[in-house]
Amino acid sequence: MAGKRGRVSAVGASEGRGSALLAVRSLTKLFGSFAACNGIDLEIQPGEIHALLGENGAGKSTLVKMLFGVLAPTSGDILWKGEAVRIPSPGAARRLGIGMVFQHFSLFEALTVAENIALSLSPGISLSKVAEEASRLSHLYGLPLDPKAHVADLSVGERQRIEIVRALLQNPELIILDEPTSVLTPQEADRLFETLAKLKAEGRSVLYISHRLEEVQRICDRATVLRHGKVTGACDPRQETPASLARMMVGSDVASVTAAGTNTKGEVLLEARHLSVPARTPFAVTLKNVCLKVRGGEVLAIAGVAGNGQGELFDTLSGEYPASDASAVFIRGKAAGNLGITARRLMGAGFVPEERHGHAAVPALPLSDNLVLARSQSDRKTFLAGGLLGIIRQAVVRIASKRISETMDVRKSGENPAAGSLSGGNLQKYIVGRELDRQPAVLIVNQPTWGVDAGAASRIRQALVDLAKSGSAVLVISQDLDEIFEVATEIAVVNEGRLSDAYPAHELTREKIGLLMGGMYGKTDGEVAHAH
Amino acid sequence: MRIELEKRANPSTLFSILSPFIALALTIVAGGIMFALLGKSPTSALYSFFIEPLLDVWSLHEIAIKAAPLILIGAGLSICYRSNNWNIGAEGQFIAGAIAGAIVPVVFHDWHSSLVLPLMLIFGMIGGALYAGIPAFLKAHMNTNEILTSLMLVYIAQLFLDWLVRGPWRSPDAYNFPVTRDFAPEAILPEMIASGRANLGFAFAIIAAVGLWIMMRYTLKGFEITVLGQSERAGRFAGFSSKRMIWFSMLLSGALAGLAGISEVSGTIGKLQPIISPGYGFTAIIVAFLGRLNPLGIIAAGLFLALTYVGGEAVQLTLSVSDKVTRVFQGLLLFFVLSCDTLIQYKIRLVFLRFGQSSEGAH
Repeated sequence: MAGKRGRVSAVGASEGRGSALLAVRSLTKLFGSFAACNGIDLEIQPGEIHALLGENGAGKSTLVKMLFGVLAPTSGDILWKGEAVRIPSPGAARRLGIGMVFQHFSLFEALTVAENIALSLSPGISLSKVAEEASRLSHLYGLPLDPKAHVADLSVGERQRIEIVRALLQNPELIILDEPTSVLTPQEADRLFETLAKLKAEGRSVLYISHRLEEVQRICDRATVLRHGKVTGACDPRQETPASLARMMVGSDVASVTAAGTNTKGEVLLEARHLSVPARTPFAVTLKNVCLKVRGGEVLAIAGVAGNGQGELFDTLSGEYPASDASAVFIRGKAAGNLGITARRLMGAGFVPEERHGHAAVPALPLSDNLVLARSQSDRKTFLAGGLLGIIRQAVVRIASKRISETMDVRKSGENPAAGSLSGGNLQKYIVGRELDRQPAVLIVNQPTWGVDAGAASRIRQALVDLAKSGSAVLVISQDLDEIFEVATEIAVVNEGRLSDAYPAHELTREKIGLLMGGMYGKTDGEVAHAH
Repeated sequence: MRIELEKRANPSTLFSILSPFIALALTIVAGGIMFALLGKSPTSALYSFFIEPLLDVWSLHEIAIKAAPLILIGAGLSICYRSNNWNIGAEGQFIAGAIAGAIVPVVFHDWHSSLVLPLMLIFGMIGGALYAGIPAFLKAHMNTNEILTSLMLVYIAQLFLDWLVRGPWRSPDAYNFPVTRDFAPEAILPEMIASGRANLGFAFAIIAAVGLWIMMRYTLKGFEITVLGQSERAGRFAGFSSKRMIWFSMLLSGALAGLAGISEVSGTIGKLQPIISPGYGFTAIIVAFLGRLNPLGIIAAGLFLALTYVGGEAVQLTLSVSDKVTRVFQGLLLFFVLSCDTLIQYKIRLVFLRFGQSSEGAH
């Protein structure tokens, strides 16, 4: 470690050369007394792909927002080509030559690609000219795009291309990409990397924000690592191992998860039989003939790009929106398809939804109340008194809440703070711990570590694996392939509401999953999906 | 220029507690200005409005009489509002309860029994609950907006009562006045203590408010109400049904408004007439918010709003100002309570824009 830190200062020592495209000197941003960015130093050379690595809450977004003129720094300097500049607005950043592609796109679904692009340009440029220029750029950089297509009909990857082309139209010298691959299939990500290589070859610089270590190692020339608002390392990522990068990010060794491996397989505890559910809203996905089986001791992971029916599948399996057919879902051998979530909990199932705030937890209520939220009926005997009156035994609940916090290492301010005051990772540990605490026979988790820092994520994954080892059936819905390979014994892929067959995890490669994600069942094994 | 409300990261706890009192002080100041503009001495006007009624046993009883329906209705509404169901039609449920409860003494006026009064109270609660059941049904099954339906039903109830007392229920001995026959003595809600007119309605109000407070504070039902009010999705995850909560909260608040209605006609008026409420059902909305949707706070808020009714009558007599003064005071109070709460949660920011385009001035 010490050696690597030494290299850090060597990189830092290049200041004063003045060749950097963008340099940041002790940039600080305070929110009240909280320093989101604390004395950040950063240099981006012309023609390099520079990674900005860090956990959630490390200060990446704050730093980038200051560079793009969305937030004003509290103190420190931003140097553009050696000159100190003030960037009061995104418009000013664009005029300097900084373009940005946000993680969440700002596109109008009802408009065409060209119209969306024209909206971000100064008025008076004709639409046909915009379309022409956009399609020229999109071909030049390998970003195929039809200017006349409506955004609503496009995939997430195509929408991202619009944002990239929109940024390129300004002819920027520095392009900032915020977690660009989080929404892409592996194939789409590969395409994006080719585009980035072209940009780099032209001498443009890229600031690439990510928490995916392998990508950073693959495409980035240099990396700056942030932790708790400070720079903890600057390095050449190719000289590092994923473990050493993770150490800089997390500050300690990330425990590697021991995969469930080949556990002794028990009985089928969770099963869906030809589950079909019509879309509840115009924007929802219809589930089509979904079949799955999870045995005790197994972790079945369902991969897929966001918005392919994961949420709908969770809602139906949890019983929040039950199916009309009782025999569509079986829990521990009993038909449960038309039962509500409480009945399914009483059958021994536990659930962790994707959205923490306002679904898995009520942010304004204390942790103990959020424990009652999930377990008022399954733990009725311990948590409630007074028979029909249903008086909550606060003291008992608090003890249980404390036990969960200790088991899962939930860091919080005070004994029983509001759920909303916890960081994403700590709240997620609590929400997962809340279910594990009652040793459910079946656990269904949607995006277990979405937006969670590496330390918490590894803890949660280990807990899921351990639960399966103890004989429970675990179903994990996730978009994170690293996570899936860490925890899964079986893997299936969901695409447009259809679920593929489940394959043993060690038989699948990333490429194969990527193909399944794209809906290309035929090319995998020549098998037809859902053969159970 | 544009005014933006920006959410505060940490709303002050101190000011959240002080907010009703600040609102009160601002109401009194604004009221003083209003009296000055009317050409009356603000100090003596405010004295006869807010202080004098407290110094007299008779007017203390009047305050209790007027506080009873406000607290009963307000406590019920607080459950509705906490669960995110916006019952604005308590005035109509009050009238429906009064009519349903009056069936016994008006239609069966020859039946004399000690069961009359309990039956009236039960009928009153059922009447109010059923009337609130209409917007509940419409919201739960037709997805209509309960604010509009419950409000419109108020006018239907008022006109129905008007028709009843002028038509089928008009007393044969009332010289064509639009009133029902006087309730028999066993249909009259007894007084609480010997010193004045205040009746058992006030006791009902206190019992209901304390009971609801215990429910909200200690029971799973109260927890369910809180959760569903804050996040329907989290409530669904907990296994709570927001549809059932629509029914529960609307029927509960309707029943309490109905009880207030029958208590008012049985204890205070003694018969049905075209107008039986000076707007208790609407004023109770102010009471609910002034009491911060906490049933115990609502007891205090109900007593204060009752004071504005009694004080309003007093200044009508002593200063000969319009009876609208009471409504103005109540309106001011609600305005200040809501603005104080808003300013605790948000700060105001003025955004100045240059001419034409946005403010993208380069460095």
